[in-house]
This record gives sequence, structure tokens and C-alpha cells, in this order.
Amino acid sequence: MSAEATSPDLREEARALGLTDSEYDLIAQKIGRPPNGLELAVFSLMWSEHCAYKHSKKLLRRLPVEGPHLLMGPGENAGAVDVGDGLAIAFKVESHNHPSAVEPFQGAATGVGGIMRDIFAVGARPIAVLDSLRFGELDSSRSRYLLDGAVSGIGHYGNSIGVATVGGEVYFEGPYEQNCLVNAMCLGIAPQERLTRSAAAGLGNHLVLMGARTGRDGIGGASVLASAEFGDDDADKRPTVQIGDPFEEKKVMEACLELLDRELLASLQDLGAAGLSSSSSEMASGGKVGLDIDVAKVPLREADMEPFEIMVSESQERMLAVVEPERLAEVEAVCERWEVRCTVIGSVTDTRHLRVFSGDELVGDMPVDALVDDCPLYDLAPEEPAEQIYPAPKRTLEPSEDLAENLLALLGSSNIASRRPLFEQYDCMVQSRTVRRPEAADAAVLQLAHDTGGGSTAIAVSIDGNGRRVACDPYWGTVEAVLECASNLACVGAEPLGLTNCLNFGNPERPHIAWQLSQSVDGMTAALNELGVPVVGGNVSLYNQSGDGPIYPTPVVGMVGLIPEAERAAAIGLGFREEGHVIAMCGTPQPSLAGSELAKLRGEPLPTALPQADFAAVMQAQDAVRDAVRAGDLASAHDIAEGGFLVAIAECCLAGGIGAKLEFPDSADASYADLEPYLFGEAVGGFIVSGTREAIERLAQRVPTDVFGAVGGQMLELATGERTARVSTAQLRSASAALASVFA
Amino acid sequence: MLACEQQGEAEILWHGDRDLKGADAIVVPGGFSYGDYLRVGAIAQFSPVMDAVAEFARDGGPVLGICNGFQVLCEAGLLPGALLPNTELRFLCRQVDVEVVNADTPFTSSCGQGQVLSIPVKHTTGRYYAPDDTLAELEANGQIVFRYAEGWNPNGSARDIAGVSNQAGNVVGLMPHPEHAVDPLTGSADGALLFASAAARAVAA
Repeated sequence: MSAEATSPDLREEARALGLTDSEYDLIAQKIGRPPNGLELAVFSLMWSEHCAYKHSKKLLRRLPVEGPHLLMGPGENAGAVDVGDGLAIAFKVESHNHPSAVEPFQGAATGVGGIMRDIFAVGARPIAVLDSLRFGELDSSRSRYLLDGAVSGIGHYGNSIGVATVGGEVYFEGPYEQNCLVNAMCLGIAPQERLTRSAAAGLGNHLVLMGARTGRDGIGGASVLASAEFGDDDADKRPTVQIGDPFEEKKVMEACLELLDRELLASLQDLGAAGLSSSSSEMASGGKVGLDIDVAKVPLREADMEPFEIMVSESQERMLAVVEPERLAEVEAVCERWEVRCTVIGSVTDTRHLRVFSGDELVGDMPVDALVDDCPLYDLAPEEPAEQIYPAPKRTLEPSEDLAENLLALLGSSNIASRRPLFEQYDCMVQSRTVRRPEAADAAVLQLAHDTGGGSTAIAVSIDGNGRRVACDPYWGTVEAVLECASNLACVGAEPLGLTNCLNFGNPERPHIAWQLSQSVDGMTAALNELGVPVVGGNVSLYNQSGDGPIYPTPVVGMVGLIPEAERAAAIGLGFREEGHVIAMCGTPQPSLAGSELAKLRGEPLPTALPQADFAAVMQAQDAVRDAVRAGDLASAHDIAEGGFLVAIAECCLAGGIGAKLEFPDSADASYADLEPYLFGEAVGGFIVSGTREAIERLAQRVPTDVFGAVGGQMLELATGERTARVSTAQLRSASAALASVFA
Repeated sequence: MLACEQQGEAEILWHGDRDLKGADAIVVPGGFSYGDYLRVGAIAQFSPVMDAVAEFARDGGPVLGICNGFQVLCEAGLLPGALLPNTELRFLCRQVDVEVVNADTPFTSSCGQGQVLSIPVKHTTGRYYAPDDTLAELEANGQIVFRYAEGWNPNGSARDIAGVSNQAGNVVGLMPHPEHAVDPLTGSADGALLFASAAARAVAA
């Protein structure tokens, strides 16, 4: 197989690899001849949705990518924001949905490993992981299997590599039954001057491959070529799910961070999707150079691998670096100390071509621009559906006017019940930064004292996204997700600095999905512009659908915020704290039952619109809560979200281990139907706070704040005129523990 | 590292070296040595540094093993018993109450006898096991240093044992992580007592 020889027409193979005929012709035109098998394999990956964002790139340009705290934006392995004291926090969320649906343990584990490599590739030490998971309903054994495997896999990788899993979210909904979602977010910390870009530079510099040997794992679609060239019987050699090795990654990570610290690398890039193909071409593209790679030099797990397999393998725990020749010996010494493999596999050239050799033989020759920049970008053809495209959820709760019954049903429902059985499987404290652990507050809080040399600052992080709400209304559902993430940060006194997103959608070539995607991006853009928060980077996962239809549109957003004084954040949580403290709701949310968890339990059809958030009012409430927390005024703060007001109150009781007595004198005459949206309806922008009467009065001067009762006892009691409800905290706890049985 | 630095000078020892750099006390920390892909601690016991640690321990030097470090010390034969998979067979991360059963070791001398410490556990393989006659000997010799307080045993450990010592009392291992309980900001400072004990002993010596 020589690049120079006239290749046979591989149009059939190109189609099987997901390229259209016109894309194939364009590739041939860019190369100046038909591509050979290796080139086709590389192009098919580089021009895939995953690498080229060909159906989403135009939309993503709408998102704001500038902000006062931004140090590094989209386009690098991860974005980064300034947290003061000369430090940067790099962060990014990425999906590993399809591998996790095939093999949940390894799929989720390598998702965590992959996102960590993105973080240390920019020179930041990974300090925290969060995950965002979606599965089908828990009455399905497949969903329970996927959940168990994914949670174990996340723990396996994060726990053993020594990075704390500090937060996350999980929802169970029918449309994820076949196509689960596993999104992992990682944060890393670095001195700002150590932030590293991936652009290759310096003619004659070495291209160095570090870490694990290359095997046949992760060779997905390209096996079509294998079948065509080597006979069908070989296809079974090529498993498509990668296997994670956190111990190898720990060594690679320590070696890379030491190499960057000692300024021994010109650039660094991780090997993720599309392996060597995408990492090398992106490095070359960024540096406007060419690269020569000799695949015969790549350390292999299996000796008989074909050049194209080496180029597309997605074996984990590998990094690619550019090293100046005079630094090579030092680089090798560092790698040897960490027992990390380190091999020169090529060099930087001025050809602007990615040339692949196998020993002396040239086996592929592709213009870098064609690989990285010339993939055609497609316009979507969005079309709003005339009616809701998702079926109504299955009814699991009969309508009732019994407040206690509805409250306990909600607390025990899979989307609201305590996540403790999951997060206890993760090490949330390793590295000693975690000030606020899962379910202690609305956002995780990490102190930076060890990094700043005794400084007082902390960061907060939250990850959010409610697919069913977005399915009801892609624009306002996405607005809600962004605002809720910022509300979670406000509850621990944090000001948002930047956001990362993972857009999980169905097939964008279908007009209704295109409409969801486009509406969602517009909603996210609007909310971010209002908040003044930029996107620092992210990921798009499309084609999440099965024979049963598309997943709920699921934009997942992760936000990082700054807290001036860690001690203030350590003193605040979502739980009520002290007998006699006043309970109040601040903000002016307009809750409705449409699209709520209660409506879901009752099997009501999804609406086609959600109430529109009042940006100014939501931000006013966030600002007031944030300032009150920073001033040390409040005892507790909790954002009202899934399940509405009463569920939020119950969560405050559970977290604090104390009861509450609520009275609603104004609604004494209200009918149950009038009361229900208020107690169980959902909307963004409301907070449950508690504190001394004076503190609540101070808050009321900033933002509309209604006092509802007081903390105390071991009962949650509620009275509106004649209507009363009494539930013990033990009953609340027992209902909320529903997920424990899933892991028993 | 942080927990040791709070009490005195701390140095990281490299697994491949035999030099203990003149340390007064050694902490074999937690972590998943060699990925725990084989039996936990089974490979790390053969690290060159462990030869020096074993010699240091035989000479009466104070050695503390935490979590994976406890497992390594058991594998190396420096502590009695073994750690088996948790009864739930899952990784578990939880703040637990741990009772100081023997306050007369180099790592508990600053604690009160019977004092209850709030310290996290986080492990998959933390169920302490030893044959009944060994357990009886441990009890008789005062080698049970830490117990999970009543109702807090997270992993099915025999007799609620959270940590033990060798017969001489200078080598101590425990599954809970005192080094993650040295700062009220992160939940508890009770664990600092173990490191303070070792530091006080070094100063006195």
C-alpha cells in the first residue's frame, strides 16, 4: 500500500465509514488523487461529527467565548479561567456515551481517564471530577446494569488515580433506555505560566509518544477497511471499547506535569478519539507545520498491526509531545524515573502535510489543512415539531390531594431520592481540598489554600442539565439549566467564572432534532450573555438515538465559580442548622406543574413550552444570596429545583437532621388545585434560606423574601388554613433512601 | 504530606530508594499502589524502600500504615492479619467514628484512651481479618489500637477492628484516613492527633 501508487476507488468503504460520496470526492480533490485505505481511515475520523463538529460548528459560533476571567478558550484540550494568586483552573466536560452503552464499566472509566488527560495536557493537575449520568427508568434491568457499571467504572478510575469525585447528577428517564449518557467533567489547577497549548512548533523537533503501548482497542468504524483488506475473519480481533489503566495514567500524568514544570516540552496533546490521527493533525494544524510519523516506531501491544490501525487506535493512557532535540535526554530521564514509555516516533516538518511512514515506506500523505479545516460544515434544517415528539412517561403515582403522600412519593422518586448510594462509591476528599462534599451544599467547594500558599480562596463547581425540561422547551429548558447551575454556585457564595458544556442530542440531520439543538444553543447563549459568563470549551455528542427514538435533548453544563473566603463556604450548606432559625423563600419564581417531577410521576404528557425565566429577577436573587453567604449571614441556602418548594424544604430538613414548621396564612382559603403548583411546581430563581430573623430581614431589603416558618423539632409540619401535613424526618429519610436498594 | 508538615519536617521517600533520610517516623500512605491490580499491597511490599522500612521497624522505629499502607504492612508481615474485600464488595467513602482502644502507641499517645475520632474511610478492601486465636492474642496484648465505634463498622471487620499494632507497638496500621482529618475546613481535625503523637515522641527522644 503506497501513497504514491494509484489507489483503487474506495467509495464503498468510505460510505461504510460514514462519509458521503461528495465528502469522498472532496477528499480526493484535496489530496489530488483518490485516498488509499490508511488515508481514508484517517479522514473518516477527522471528518466525523466527533472530530469536525460538522453539524454543530456553525451553531456553536453563537456562544459567547470572551470573559474577564478567561485565560484559555475553546480550541485547546481544555479551557481555563483565572482564580487569582497567579493560578488557573482548567476544566472541561466530555461525553463517553456510546462506549458506556456497550460496556458501562470500561466506558465510564475511560471517559474519566480521557477527560483527565485533557486537563493535564494543558499543564493542570487534575483536582476534581464530576459526572452527569442518564439512564432509562430503574424498573429496567438494563438500566440498573448500566448504572451499576458506570458508577463502578467512574469510581475505579477516579479513586485509584487519586482525584476526588466531588459532585454530579443522575436522572432516569425512558428515552435513555437504549442510549445512556455518561458525561465526565474534570477540573485541574496550574500556575498560569504553566498553561500549555497543543500547537506543534520548531522544525526538526521530535514528536514523542508517551505512555501505554498501542493496541487494537477502540478501532471502531475503521474495521470496515480491515474486513475489506484482510478478510472478514479478522474483524473479531478488534474490540471497540477501550480498557482503562488508571495506574498507567497516574504515572503518565506525573511524568507530564514534571516535564511541563521543568519546561522540557514544546507542546503536549492527549490521545483521545481517533488516537494518533487526530492528536497529530491537531498539533500540526495549531502550529501551522507538518509532521512525519513512522508507525513502525510506535510501541505495539500486538506485533501484526497494520499502519492504519496504529493511526486510528484509541488505546488509552497515551500522550504526544513535541520535544527539542537537545532536551530529549532529559525528557527520557524523567519518563524513566516514572516508568513511563517514551518513544520518538516522528518529527516536525515544514510540509504542512501529515506524512505517515512505515519504516522507509510512505504509506499516507495528507494535507493538514484538509484534515482539520476542510471538512464541509453543514447547515441544519431545523423544524419545530407540530406536537410533542416524546411519549408521556409511564404513570407511577395516582393523583391525590394528600400533601404528605405526594411529598414522600417525590422524595422517593428516582430523580430526587438521595444520591448517597452513588457518591459513597467515590472518593470525594483525596488531595484534601474538599470543603463541601456531595449533598452537603448545592455546589461542591474546593479550597485552594495548599495551592496559594495559605490564601483564603476556594472554588465552587456544579454540573446541571435536565433533559426532560429541555424536551418540553429546548430554549427555556436550557436557559433553566444554565441559571440553575449559577444558582447552585450562589448558594455557596460563588461568582461564576466560566462554563463548559456537553451537548447530548439525537440525530441532527432530522429536522426536529436540529430544531432542539438550535433552540438549545440559542437559550444557552442568551443565558450566558445575561450572566456575563463565557464558554471555555466543551463537547458535542450527537446521534444519541435508537430504534425507540431520540434521547431527550440533554445539554449538560458545568460551571466553576470563585469564593473569596473558603471559611464562609464551609459554614454554609443546604441543611437547616439551628432550632428557631427563620425559614424563608427568596426570589420570585413562577412555578408551574408543567414538565415537573410530579407531573412525570402522574404520567402526564410533556408540555411544549415552559414558563419563561425572568433573567433580571433570577440574577437579583442570585446576587443577594451570594452576598449574604459571603457575609456569613445565612445558616443555609438551597436552590429550589426538581420537585419544587416542598421537596426543597424536605431536603433542607434531611441535610440538617432537623424538622421545620411552615405556615401559609395568605393561602388559607386556597383550593388544593391552587396550592399544588406553588408547593410542587418547578421554576428557576427561588431559594430556601434560613438564618436569624435579622439576617433574613437584611436579605429582604435586597430581594423579595417571604418568611414561611421556623426550623425545629423532628417533624416537617405544614399548615394552610384547615389543611395540614405532618411528616417526621425519619419518614423523609426513609423515602429519600430509595436508591439504596438498587445497589444492594 | 500535609498532615506530617503540620507537625514537623516532612519528606517524601521514593519507592525505588532505600534511603530513609534520617526520618524519626515513617508513614506508609494510602493510594492504589500498582493499581491494586493484584492482591492489594502485594506488589508494593517488594519496593526497595520497604526493605529499609522493615529494618527501621525491627529497630523499634515508629511506622504508621494508612489504608493501602496498612495493607502493604500486613503483606510485608510487619503487622498481623489481612484486609479482605468489604462485605458490600463496593468502594465506600464515609466519615466514621473511630475509638482509640490503645492510647499507648507512638501514634496515639496524644489521644485519650477511649477517645472517639471522626475520620473518613475510603476503600474497597478494608475488612480486617485474622484467625480467632490471633484475634484473642491481639486483644490480650493490647494490639488492637482502633475500633470502629458501635454502629460505625463500615466493612464487616472482625471485632470492629479499624487498626492494629505489632507486638512491640511501634508499627501501627489503620484503614481510616487520619491525614484527611487534619483541617476543620475539610470536615474534622481529629486525625491530626496521630501525627502530633509521633512528632511529640520524636521531640522527646
